[in-house]
Amino acid sequence: MSAIREGTRQVMAWLHGWTGLALGWVLFVMCLAGTMSVFKPEISRWMRPEATASAGRVEAIAAATRWLAANAPKSAGWYLTAPDDRANNVEATYDSGGDYVARALDPVSGAPVARETLGGEFFYRLHFELELPYPWGRWLASIAALTMLVALVTGIIAHRRIFRDFFTFRPRKGQRSWLDGHNALGVLAMPFHLMITFSGLVTLASLNMPWGIVANYGNDLAAAYHDLTPGAVDRPAAGRPGTLASIAPMLREAERRFGGAPFSRVSIANPADAASVVTVYRSDAAQIGATVAEVSFDGPSGRVIGAWTETRPAVRTYTVIYGLHMGRFANGVLRWLYFLGGAMLTLAVASGMILWVVKRRERAPLSLGNRVVERLNVGILAGVPIGFAAFLCANRLLPPGLIDRAQLEVTIALDAAGIALLVALAVPPRLGWPLLLGVLALLCLAAPVVGGGLAYLSQALARGDFVLPMIDALLIAAALAASVGVRTVTRRRSDTRRTMRGRAMA
Amino acid sequence: MGARAADRRGWRYRGNVAARVLAGSLGAYGVASCLAMAVARLAAGGRIDGVIAGTLCAYLAVPAVAIWAFLARGPWRAWGGVVALVALFGALAWMIGPPAR
Repeated sequence: MSAIREGTRQVMAWLHGWTGLALGWVLFVMCLAGTMSVFKPEISRWMRPEATASAGRVEAIAAATRWLAANAPKSAGWYLTAPDDRANNVEATYDSGGDYVARALDPVSGAPVARETLGGEFFYRLHFELELPYPWGRWLASIAALTMLVALVTGIIAHRRIFRDFFTFRPRKGQRSWLDGHNALGVLAMPFHLMITFSGLVTLASLNMPWGIVANYGNDLAAAYHDLTPGAVDRPAAGRPGTLASIAPMLREAERRFGGAPFSRVSIANPADAASVVTVYRSDAAQIGATVAEVSFDGPSGRVIGAWTETRPAVRTYTVIYGLHMGRFANGVLRWLYFLGGAMLTLAVASGMILWVVKRRERAPLSLGNRVVERLNVGILAGVPIGFAAFLCANRLLPPGLIDRAQLEVTIALDAAGIALLVALAVPPRLGWPLLLGVLALLCLAAPVVGGGLAYLSQALARGDFVLPMIDALLIAAALAASVGVRTVTRRRSDTRRTMRGRAMA
Repeated sequence: MGARAADRRGWRYRGNVAARVLAGSLGAYGVASCLAMAVARLAAGGRIDGVIAGTLCAYLAVPAVAIWAFLARGPWRAWGGVVALVALFGALAWMIGPPAR
């Protein structure tokens, strides 16, 4: 027993439970989508299986700008992400007469690839925008993250024996097992959970905690941004037409100034104007800090008009915390640890939500409110993954070249999750769990196979490309996990019934 | 919380919890905001360095105040703590004033 009073611990457990319940479902969506975003480039490649062309990053960006100059010259800006050892296409955002569109551009021809899809970007955006319009999604995500911070700290204080719980698991004991599982998931990766929650808040700081900026800059936001990124060149359009100089020398000059480190992102402001600006950013894969150096060029002449490498300690601290959340520096084993940490946090949230119901059910019949919670648990904990798996199946089944194809995939994902939620609300949980987990398992098994999936697999293996097989393997692992879930819930039901009968007889 | 089931139904208990929930959410965010402003102006270095220091401190204040709101002996004390911290950090930020430049 530690020095914390028992009363304190009870209050912390109470607060942990209620804060978890309040935003648990939102946190589940955020954690699951965030975990999948660890493999954002890999998911994007899986979702564009026939777009396998590859080129060096300088050549790919040059091809992209050639295509954009011919097809989107009026755009106010082109925002490009270069291919690297993980992604083979150029990710581009530009406006073609009105709304901005996001497209993957072929690294050789520069034209958009045929299978129009958001790819991994869908999960990445969902993680902090939750399919809600700006700024509401980001606000909800911020509130959820603050709540999670409270839930984590109270969960830690409520804990009696942190070390012993590490090694405690009592299977098939109802509430005990859920509690042991929840504790192990929470404790084992606790430093990761704290880091990812805190750094996640920092990524949305200008939205959720703008008061430091208000105190030091009043309402002069532009001045604050200028101080944060003093190297940024913000030059208005001249209003006269201009032609971009060859971009490859600019990219090579930028890399020379980065000390040989590669660039990753390139933005081109007012590309068809005489005052166009090309800005090249250092890759985040080379260090923990995010966006620590940039070089800007005068578009028509290719002359350097601004360069900046971040060295100020406070701002570097900020970029490192930001970079820790993005995890783009993590390669190999570390990337898998990010994935594992995220998966454990997702499961900790899910098991916590289930524990809320299990704990109350073992004491007394569930109240109406808790019966709704129980069904919502089924609908969200199984329904959201169903939506994700449907998204991947839709990617394989919708023909390439379909109009609004990318949006259609998203609609199918949201509709599938919505239908699953309605089913879960309509049927009793003892049917809902196995039904929806069964559907999830089938969808996860279908995704690697349908729409010519096996042909893509054999082509990838013949090329020696292990990205597509890896995602296939993860989907099969998810299907296995879901079927274990089906077995667990069906068996637990019969166990409980047997105990109840035993009690009634005694 | 620690109360027995019989005590949980009354309006007194519900009012108590509601007051603490407000203190632990809006109150905690208020304290965090004022702390962000005070530290932003107090911190050495440039204007942006202060903003970063203040913002990072502010996030730590949220769970601390939220926990205090539920551990305090009564809802009045919970709110008293919140108001005292808001006043302290707010006054500090106000007295230092906006940085020059």
